[in-house]
Amino acid sequence: MATRTAGRGKFKPMSMSSKEYKTFAKQREPSRSVLGNCVRAFVTGGLICVLGQAIQNGYMTWLKLSATQAAGPTVATLIFISVLLTCFGVYDKIAQWAGAGSAVPVTGFANSMCSAALEHRAEGLVLGVGGNMFKLAGSVIVYGTVAAFVIGLIHVIFGIRGH
Amino acid sequence: MQYLWAFVVGGGICVLGQLMFDVLKLTPAHTMSTLVVIGAIADALGWYEPLVEFAGAGATVPITSFGNALVHGALTELHDTGPIGVITGMFKVTSAGISAAIIFSFLAALVVRPKG
Amino acid sequence: MLRGKQTWWFENRPVIIGTGTVVGPDEGAGPLAADFDLVHAELDLNQKSWEKAERLLLEQASDFAIKNAGIRKEQVQFYIGGDLLNQLISNSFTARDLGLPYIGVFGACSTSMLSLALAAQLVDSGAAQYAMAGTCSHNCTAEKQFRYPTEYGAQKPPTAQYTVTGAGAAVVAASGSGPVITCATIGKILDLGISDPFNMGAAMAPAAVDTIQTHLSDTGRMPADYDMIVTGDLASVGHRIAVDLFARDGVPMQDTVFGDCGLMIYDIERQKVQAGGSGCACSAVVTYGHLMKRLNRGELKRILVVATGALLSPLSYQQGETIPCIAHAVAIERGDV
Repeated sequence: MATRTAGRGKFKPMSMSSKEYKTFAKQREPSRSVLGNCVRAFVTGGLICVLGQAIQNGYMTWLKLSATQAAGPTVATLIFISVLLTCFGVYDKIAQWAGAGSAVPVTGFANSMCSAALEHRAEGLVLGVGGNMFKLAGSVIVYGTVAAFVIGLIHVIFGIRGH
Repeated sequence: MQYLWAFVVGGGICVLGQLMFDVLKLTPAHTMSTLVVIGAIADALGWYEPLVEFAGAGATVPITSFGNALVHGALTELHDTGPIGVITGMFKVTSAGISAAIIFSFLAALVVRPKG
Repeated sequence: MLRGKQTWWFENRPVIIGTGTVVGPDEGAGPLAADFDLVHAELDLNQKSWEKAERLLLEQASDFAIKNAGIRKEQVQFYIGGDLLNQLISNSFTARDLGLPYIGVFGACSTSMLSLALAAQLVDSGAAQYAMAGTCSHNCTAEKQFRYPTEYGAQKPPTAQYTVTGAGAAVVAASGSGPVITCATIGKILDLGISDPFNMGAAMAPAAVDTIQTHLSDTGRMPADYDMIVTGDLASVGHRIAVDLFARDGVPMQDTVFGDCGLMIYDIERQKVQAGGSGCACSAVVTYGHLMKRLNRGELKRILVVATGALLSPLSYQQGETIPCIAHAVAIERGDV
């Protein structure tokens, strides 16, 4: 504990342990409004899914597709909308409000790729756009693939025949 | 009714993501990776397909469905063609999403500049 | 001349004879807009990349500084500058076009006072007649390098700070009219275990407190000797921590006005900047623009500007390291004090 010694301006330099300081700083950290964030995430995520449902139903009705056949075009349409919003510069503004509500749906995945592509255009199409597109989305693809592989491996080892 | 459940389930998965952001203090990349793995495990346990039946887009739109689709593709191909199917079948179902994202992002980068 | 442990006392009283400040649209929408030499309406300054825009900011700021100093560019012996970008490219390319002998320094957001202290030391020791200190930062280049692509939808927490888009430069001379630099304290690095790059204020506060307390010890001054002590970019979270740390150590900061440039440059209530401003340009434009004007008008007689910097890299964070921070203090006063 630093104390002021006698004499003008004789102050000891900062002396606090790292552990002590981390607690000190934590107490003064503005808290996130977790409930508010969750409500906003719930509403936004729900609405995006509703939109997805409407698009899927639309494809099933007008293009006479089955639910399984309509899945691909539905996802592609949502991705198109997300890329559009990213290009207009509004997706990040929505995301600041919605949090996980805009990040978790597949629209967030598309936003991560589109934003990286746009940002690195300045470094050229090959090294910039091509080389950086998966900067943020890469870990999602990697972990999904590895998880699926491990699960498949478990099925093979234990002789489960799969779906 | 279908729309109601899509809203509730989709929103619910997003709340799970939000809690990972705010309570577990995970980055978006960590959160999405975790959700994908959760989706993969859920399908392995046979839980995700019923959820899709029940909630429709509420289960297929969130990123968890990506994990589900990868496992689904792997296990379907395993069933059809044997162990090699685990590797060859993975991206069959997910191809639309990834292809669309790459193509649209690339086209966007050709004509659009970031606005900051 | 060395005074105390880490303070330079400038016996020959080098003078800031001219400054230049250029900012972007968000800063132009803030409360200090009228104090800057140029406010740009476009975030990209109509340049082909964010990096080129940041470079242009610094070129314009240094032009303004030289013009306002009333000298020719060729009269400046040394240009000392730094920025946040890898390899200090904004400064390298600007220095290339300036054609002046160049000293590149990296102090992250503390670069403004680091470069000003060095410029003052060069002039005071007779190693230069005119030396220019400059720095710049851009919201988008910082986001691109340290965090996420600018259009990426990641939700920023309330502790996050908003990098200032701007550049500030100052010409220091052995004589002339203008505020005088009397002393400067070079800080040492403090790292108290904060590892969250979205909470820089908490990481930097100890460094600011350490440098200020060391400065006061070295010079024998008290907070009351200054009309104002400002930190560079602790913003709302870090500034509050600093206030409490000073109270804990018994430093009477209440005897002066203790402010923060990151809280001055934006309207925190109205503008979406979370905890406040940050970036090299934050302390630079507020000091060289707003505070210089107040000194010249006589509203302030003696101030201490303590620029704070977080010395992490994107890689160090990914490798699980904590954030080492530093703060440099420069005391500026009216020539007639």
